[in-house]
Amino acid sequence: MVLEQATHYEAVIGLEVHVELNTNTKMFCSCAIDFGGEPNTRTCPVCLGQPGSLPVVNGKAVEAAIRLGLALGCDITPVSQFHRKNYFYPDMPKNYQISQYDVPICLGGALTVTTGEGDHRVGITRVHMEEDTGKSLHVGTSGRIHGAEYSLVDYNRAGIPLLEIVSEPDIRTAAQAQAYLAELRAIVLALGISDARLEEGSMRCDANVSLRPVGHTVFGTRAEVKNMNSIRSLGRAIEYEIARQTDLLTHGHRVVQETRHWDEDAGRTSTLRTKETTEDYRYFPDPDLVPVAPDAGWIEKLRAALPELPAAKRRRLVDDVGVGREQAATLVAIGLDGVLEDAVGAGAAAGEAANWLTNEVVAWGNEQDLEPSAAPLTGARLAELLALVSDGTLSKKLARQVLTGVLAGEGSPREVTKARGLEQISDSDAIAAAVDAAIVADPAAAQKVRDGNDKAIGALVGAVMRETRGQANPGLVNQLLRERLLSS
Amino acid sequence: MSLSTDDVRHVARLARLALTDDEVEALGGQLSNILAYAEKVGEVAAEDVPPTSHPYPLRNVYRTDEARASLPPEDAISTAPQAEDGRFHVPRIVGEEA
Amino acid sequence: MGELLVTKTAAGLRNLLDAGDVSAVEVAQAHLDHIEATDDQLKAFLVVMRESALTKAREVDARIADGAGAGLLAGIPVALKDIFTTRAVPTTCGSKILEGYRPPYDATVTSRLDAADAVLLGKTNMDEFAMGSSGENSAYQLTTNPWDLERVPGGSSSGSGAAVAGFQTPLAVGTDTGGSVRQPAAFSGVVGAKPTYGRVSRYGMIAFASSLDQASPFARTVTDAAWMLEAIAGHDPMDSTSIPEPFPNLREGLEAGVGGMRIGVVREFFESEGLEPGVRDRTQEAIQRLSKLGAQIVEVSLPHAVYGVSAYYLIAPSECSSNLSRFDGVRYGLRVDADSAEEMMAATREAGFGAEVKRRIMIGTYALSAGYYDAYYAQAQRVRTLILRDFAAAFEQCDALISPTAPTTAFRFGDKSDDPLAMYLNDIFTIPASLAGTPAMSLPAGLDEKGLPVGVQVMGPVLGEQVMFRVARALEAEIAFDPTPRGPNALELG
Repeated sequence: MVLEQATHYEAVIGLEVHVELNTNTKMFCSCAIDFGGEPNTRTCPVCLGQPGSLPVVNGKAVEAAIRLGLALGCDITPVSQFHRKNYFYPDMPKNYQISQYDVPICLGGALTVTTGEGDHRVGITRVHMEEDTGKSLHVGTSGRIHGAEYSLVDYNRAGIPLLEIVSEPDIRTAAQAQAYLAELRAIVLALGISDARLEEGSMRCDANVSLRPVGHTVFGTRAEVKNMNSIRSLGRAIEYEIARQTDLLTHGHRVVQETRHWDEDAGRTSTLRTKETTEDYRYFPDPDLVPVAPDAGWIEKLRAALPELPAAKRRRLVDDVGVGREQAATLVAIGLDGVLEDAVGAGAAAGEAANWLTNEVVAWGNEQDLEPSAAPLTGARLAELLALVSDGTLSKKLARQVLTGVLAGEGSPREVTKARGLEQISDSDAIAAAVDAAIVADPAAAQKVRDGNDKAIGALVGAVMRETRGQANPGLVNQLLRERLLSS
Repeated sequence: MSLSTDDVRHVARLARLALTDDEVEALGGQLSNILAYAEKVGEVAAEDVPPTSHPYPLRNVYRTDEARASLPPEDAISTAPQAEDGRFHVPRIVGEEA
Repeated sequence: MGELLVTKTAAGLRNLLDAGDVSAVEVAQAHLDHIEATDDQLKAFLVVMRESALTKAREVDARIADGAGAGLLAGIPVALKDIFTTRAVPTTCGSKILEGYRPPYDATVTSRLDAADAVLLGKTNMDEFAMGSSGENSAYQLTTNPWDLERVPGGSSSGSGAAVAGFQTPLAVGTDTGGSVRQPAAFSGVVGAKPTYGRVSRYGMIAFASSLDQASPFARTVTDAAWMLEAIAGHDPMDSTSIPEPFPNLREGLEAGVGGMRIGVVREFFESEGLEPGVRDRTQEAIQRLSKLGAQIVEVSLPHAVYGVSAYYLIAPSECSSNLSRFDGVRYGLRVDADSAEEMMAATREAGFGAEVKRRIMIGTYALSAGYYDAYYAQAQRVRTLILRDFAAAFEQCDALISPTAPTTAFRFGDKSDDPLAMYLNDIFTIPASLAGTPAMSLPAGLDEKGLPVGVQVMGPVLGEQVMFRVARALEAEIAFDPTPRGPNALELG
């Protein structure tokens, strides 16, 4: 009975995503945005909340908000306002956050996300502008807020512009949530308005998760889950939360409305604060700021100048360039679609080039702990590398070594091949001695091949390749071995 | 509108004021009187009257995105009641268990 | 020479300085000496900046000697309400919570006065965070009224008004949120002029009610007030609510008179309960004088003005409850130690704020809280719209409005301090123009039967400072008020 009930719940998930903009200056003052650096060196009377200081809106941040809104298919609000969200917290210099409330700059858009189960539409409720808070360093035994003896506050981050993107509760699975976040991130990157790094907090995602019996339209009680630092951890946190709530409901318990903290190491969520202690924010229009009323001309100019967005790019890669659907999605997600197109333009085969980018370059990124898009590889060089493979100069294995050299800044594929002495040996005379030696060294294998066991030839090929430090053309080695063992 | 002692305490908590019992007592009456007078705003101005938040209606006041010098670091924390390593000191923050 | 110099107006000092009859140092010295002689009784100043004033005066003298052009205010002493930030100079806003606070920056008003080569004498006392109508809410000292030392100077710009009335300075800057310059000007027999909201930058002016606060000059003459306003007004990119249009030259047409102008008398203000006969009589006389000078007097109505005080006492506390949140013991000012951040903040604010400030924070917090916003704050903002429309309609019928500034003359210390509401009602005539954001000024209209100054208020339309000053100047010339405090309890000028 209990289990049967459990299988009938569905998850209702909405995401709130914060994106830190990469403007030159903060949202309301002219302090430079520059990460790292000594504490409180990127501060001024405004972002320190000094008495008498006043905010002035960064026009570039408004532009970024409008561009994101347009990319998400939102309506741009003719007249929107900044509100104050009042609550006391030491990392908030004024003890209110300037945000937007009932009239945000963008309303009502949508994103279509693709998972293994197909396409799914997720509504966007709103996009609004606000300012970031400072950062507290908790001093004491644990280094965490709980149990700290005291805290030290750095306001360098205070006032950095944020866009908050709120989705409709249209998401049903962890995979959809991950796809949504990945797609939103790709759009933000395409627009160039943020570096959108989840690991470093320039993109942050909170998930509202609730369950309801399948077929019901009323929402269940939700928990807000915070502190997911990657797309992967968003998926894990939602899976965990669905399981936790399913367990509660199937055992006749209730879900408590609260904010929960995702612990990546422990792989679970725990209570951060319950609704009883949440604040009454006393929103009201900020009297220090005037309405944002972008005129239609500006909006249309921004619309016309939007870059090609990820969905359109993927479509074009598949339809016009000839890349597979999955590879197209990966290339766009990791920002290597431009390199691919350049490579194809320089004569590379689309599928082959895509393979190299999605396998080798991604692996390089993992090794270097860098975004794949940070790879110093042009489309022209990738095309050159592939040409060296197809004309027999390099084996695939050697080509990988050459790519490593190219990515390490050693030059073009041709230069690296030469400098490292990696040309494939395709001269039968040069390989003949090694072939003969291999047959002599492993008579058993040679006999098996003679007896018709074709697989046994692998051991002999391997021996030749070892002997030639991988440079022998494997096709030629194969051919010479067969000539010697089978043709007599 | 009459404010109970509990109302006053609730508002004082929102406003971060550690009021004394005497103050809570006195404020209950005073706030009730003032709000009773202020409530006269309800006698006029129907829903169709738009609210005015700025007497002089400006719109679209923006700054160019050009950085200017921040405060010298010693100035930034010069006003701090207590500082350590260039940061503002606060006693332990409770209420959240992150 | 010293006593003579302090009785001069800014315009009079300008003539002496330009003619080389007197140096800026002598002018500064005379005023500093006079402050020293009188401030034990007046208690107008929280900080006297003797050294920096004399240094500035020497610079100005050198510049004048070099033949480098000197601006209107060059070498003229000014005093600043302690609500304006002054870099590295104590700025308390009249509150214990900012005791010892030395701001890391100058307010725009501060730097504009400095750029105009005015000589800053010091920072003046005020009701804590500009909340009050008597000056009695200062956390530091009680400024007295130079006309009667047992009476209040008015507030919240108590020190700035008293300093000008007591000849400690020819010019001072105050701030007017609901009458905080006009009412003390009326109580002390000087001129106080609030421009259109947005004319003077609020950057560096510690916020009380952001949508109402306006820096405003005090002077002993209308002309001096015009000079000062010109020096501090004008667009400031650091204040988003600053009006981009250039500020007009007020001296032009100042003496043009009121012939042919239509002056509106606000009917409701004369029907007000609590309007003292002396105030009513002096105001009526002023109206007759304008008529005699060739103005046409018309009766106008501001039907929603009676709701002004109600709306004001929701809007101003709501904004202040949020504006004053930043005083929490973390970044500046007082800190009362406690075990946790939350307790530290609450204890600091409890100890650092006075009774009136706490009262307004409480009203505002309540008015903005869940479930009450629509009935209180939003509704008050709608009433504000009606008052704005009232003014717009009135200014279709006339060029300027005239009314009493305050219903009473200066009252005795303690008379109203037990009844917050009675105190609030002293702002009944000044609040409507604050809510409408329109310019309004007070000038002395004579004395009441107690020998205390009465102020009359002249109001202009939005951006109509030129018209307002012209009417005020014509009236001033006709009234010919002697600003020297006199009477049995008056300040002894020495």
